[in-house]
Amino acid sequence: MSDILVQLWNKGILQLGIWETVYMTFISAAFAYLFGLPLGIILSITDKDGICPVAWVNKILGVIVNVFRSIPFVILMVAMLPAAKFIVGTSLGNKAMIVTLVIAAVPYVARMAESSIKEVDRGVIEAAQAMGTPSFKIIYKVLIPEAKPSLIVGAVISLVTILGYSAMAATIGGGGLGMIAITYGYQRFNNDVIWICVLLTVIIVQLIQELGMFIARKTDKRINK
Amino acid sequence: MIEIKNLSKVYSSSGKDVVALKDINLTINDGEIFGIIGLSGAGKSTLVRCINYLEKPTSGEVLIDGKNLGTLSKKELLKTRQNIGMIFQSFNLLSQRNVIKNICYPLEIAGVHKKDAVKRAEELLELVGLSDKAKAYPSQLSGGQKQRAAIARALAAETKYLLCDEATSALDPDTTRSILELMKKINKTMGVTIVVITHEMKVIDSICDRVAVLDNSTVAEMGDVREIFSNPKSDIAKKLVLPERKTVDEVSEGKGIRIVFNGESSGKPVIANLIFECGTAVNITYADTKELDGKAYGQMIIRVPDESADRVKAYLEKNGMEFSEIE
Repeated sequence: MSDILVQLWNKGILQLGIWETVYMTFISAAFAYLFGLPLGIILSITDKDGICPVAWVNKILGVIVNVFRSIPFVILMVAMLPAAKFIVGTSLGNKAMIVTLVIAAVPYVARMAESSIKEVDRGVIEAAQAMGTPSFKIIYKVLIPEAKPSLIVGAVISLVTILGYSAMAATIGGGGLGMIAITYGYQRFNNDVIWICVLLTVIIVQLIQELGMFIARKTDKRINK
Repeated sequence: MIEIKNLSKVYSSSGKDVVALKDINLTINDGEIFGIIGLSGAGKSTLVRCINYLEKPTSGEVLIDGKNLGTLSKKELLKTRQNIGMIFQSFNLLSQRNVIKNICYPLEIAGVHKKDAVKRAEELLELVGLSDKAKAYPSQLSGGQKQRAAIARALAAETKYLLCDEATSALDPDTTRSILELMKKINKTMGVTIVVITHEMKVIDSICDRVAVLDNSTVAEMGDVREIFSNPKSDIAKKLVLPERKTVDEVSEGKGIRIVFNGESSGKPVIANLIFECGTAVNITYADTKELDGKAYGQMIIRVPDESADRVKAYLEKNGMEFSEIE
């Protein structure tokens, strides 16, 4: 190991980087789901095959989601800094980064959730309606529980995507493994640091992936065990 | 009582109107098993969905115990639906809930206390013979078991009516029979009125009291199952009643006679006696009979030489058999 890596470790910079990456990812994902999941549900139920089709709501939300999804993250991040300043009082650092990550992830999460909800068997929904279930109860008694395994798989994919985005935090003065790779690796011509950051990111992604899939499998009652 | 008055349903897709149901009039009495039969596309699935207003009719009325569903508020309609159970070809159980929680579902919706709901669900599991599968998930059940669970669920909330949409069409013949027997038992012991939608005459013939034959979005024929089975008048009823029997029949000669077993005659060795008494050869080209409640139902098609046809007919008449000549 090169000196700089030992130094980064001894000063706790590397550990802090790991922690910052993980917490930015998870906090952003949590907020992204807070807004994205309801949005995804609205998108799926207002669709023409949904349980309460409202064409104009579906159209407007669909267009907004598409617009946000088509902007490359680096550009969206910079464009959303004023919003970050307004919401968390600063346009610099991890806090601001979390705001931009949430804004970028909400439309992504919404589409993920929408497709999971749409996978729910039409016949099961019909059975619930035949048993006199009000639409709102169908959402939380049928749609969400039936889509749960698929929603968890979607969450895993979203987390990994958000983790990837969080690497760009350095651009606006945030931390994390991306910052370490750029500041100590790229700018100081130290390839070891870059590769270690890559390796650590891969490990985090693997952990999220494996753990998430394990939970998804464990909760899915459709699989015979 | 379910009354359907002048009901029509028109779907309009991209400017073109498709008529699914045209001026349907039906009355389904309490306590009976009523069949609705038709080929696919005849409109029977739409009709059954109009009974609980899953499909809103374009015109006409549906009255459940005198209540016009079209005039009910959304809340009242949902409340009414809770007493109309429905089962489906694809079972439609909640895949992430185990059997007992599936059966508790309609009770949760009706706001029944959890403890009472579980007790009721256990009774129903007993009734449908699934007590040992209470904790199993739908994916661990066979088709017949899934349909039993679905029936228990459909009956959970003080159900007065049970709508069955092709409920046995995905099941093998043995399982079909056991499900039909279960339905008959429910009808008899609990007094549940059952509406059976199917494309199979066998199902109608096995359990229904009355039947409506649907063709081209309208009721082509309606009446007693026995009457229609022995003596179909409309083309569609004839087509549904008479079996596909081209292969054997094309090579057979002589006069064709269709004998109907309506649950009373089959104890006697009819064909053997016929041969002895009429002194003629009989060629059986088709036979499909089955036992339900210890009685035999079904039909048989025989070919006899032209010269002995009259004797055979006289013999059948004398023995009170239902029969008709066929081409």
